Amino acid sequence: MEIIKSGKENNTLVIKINGRMDAVTAPEFEKKVGLWIAEGEKYFVVDLSSLEYISSAGLRSILVIAKKLKAISGKIQLAAMEESVNEVFEISGFNSIIPIHDTVQAAILQA
Amino acid sequence: MSSIRQPARIESMELLVQFISDHAGKLGFSSKRVKEIELAAEEALVNIINYAYPDRQGNIKVTCVQHHAKTFIIEIEDTGIAFDILSMKDPDISAGIHDREIGGLGVFLIRKLMDEVRYHRKNGKNILKLIVHIPQPQKACA
Repeated sequence: MEIIKSGKENNTLVIKINGRMDAVTAPEFEKKVGLWIAEGEKYFVVDLSSLEYISSAGLRSILVIAKKLKAISGKIQLAAMEESVNEVFEISGFNSIIPIHDTVQAAILQA
Repeated sequence: MSSIRQPARIESMELLVQFISDHAGKLGFSSKRVKEIELAAEEALVNIINYAYPDRQGNIKVTCVQHHAKTFIIEIEDTGIAFDILSMKDPDISAGIHDREIGGLGVFLIRKLMDEVRYHRKNGKNILKLIVHIPQPQKACA
């Protein structure tokens, strides 16, 4: 898994995750985004177009970040999910607790 | 039928999932279905890695079996503490962000994605079977 900053727009940090978010790699997401929050970032849009796979460990780390941001009136939004990743969000009901958009641009407009 | 045995540690997970995924890939499953199998396998393995051996080292054995070209059976075996994942309650998937808990979500995903899941305890072993129907070739219409 690779996490990269892909830009900043409207005070929102756009990040991109490539690869697989599983029990081995998910803690890295939590750690990296946690550091950006500590640096003062509050609004995140995550481009998931290159995320191939997510397990409950990945959902868990996204939930941890969402809770952290909620506590400081920040927000995390997800965009451009692949079908199989979207399925995991739907089955687990995570699509109703984390805002999901079709495109990164649409997510930035809602930030 | 083929098997692999690895220490019950998070470092083993990738290799075990890959072993299962390679088998599934040869049986005609769609790439979407292979990912679902990988996901269920990961959730089952992580449960064992986290909970089966609280006070000692132990192993996980994975066996892949194909039954009459109709079912693919992933048998996951450990000698840790008795734990029937099927006895776990489903999580509340309608809970909001505040009340949302992650425990039990992995098992819930296993149940939702696999065609059948069986557990039994035998000779000090936990034996979990994840069962998936193999897609059958379409019969030609007359």
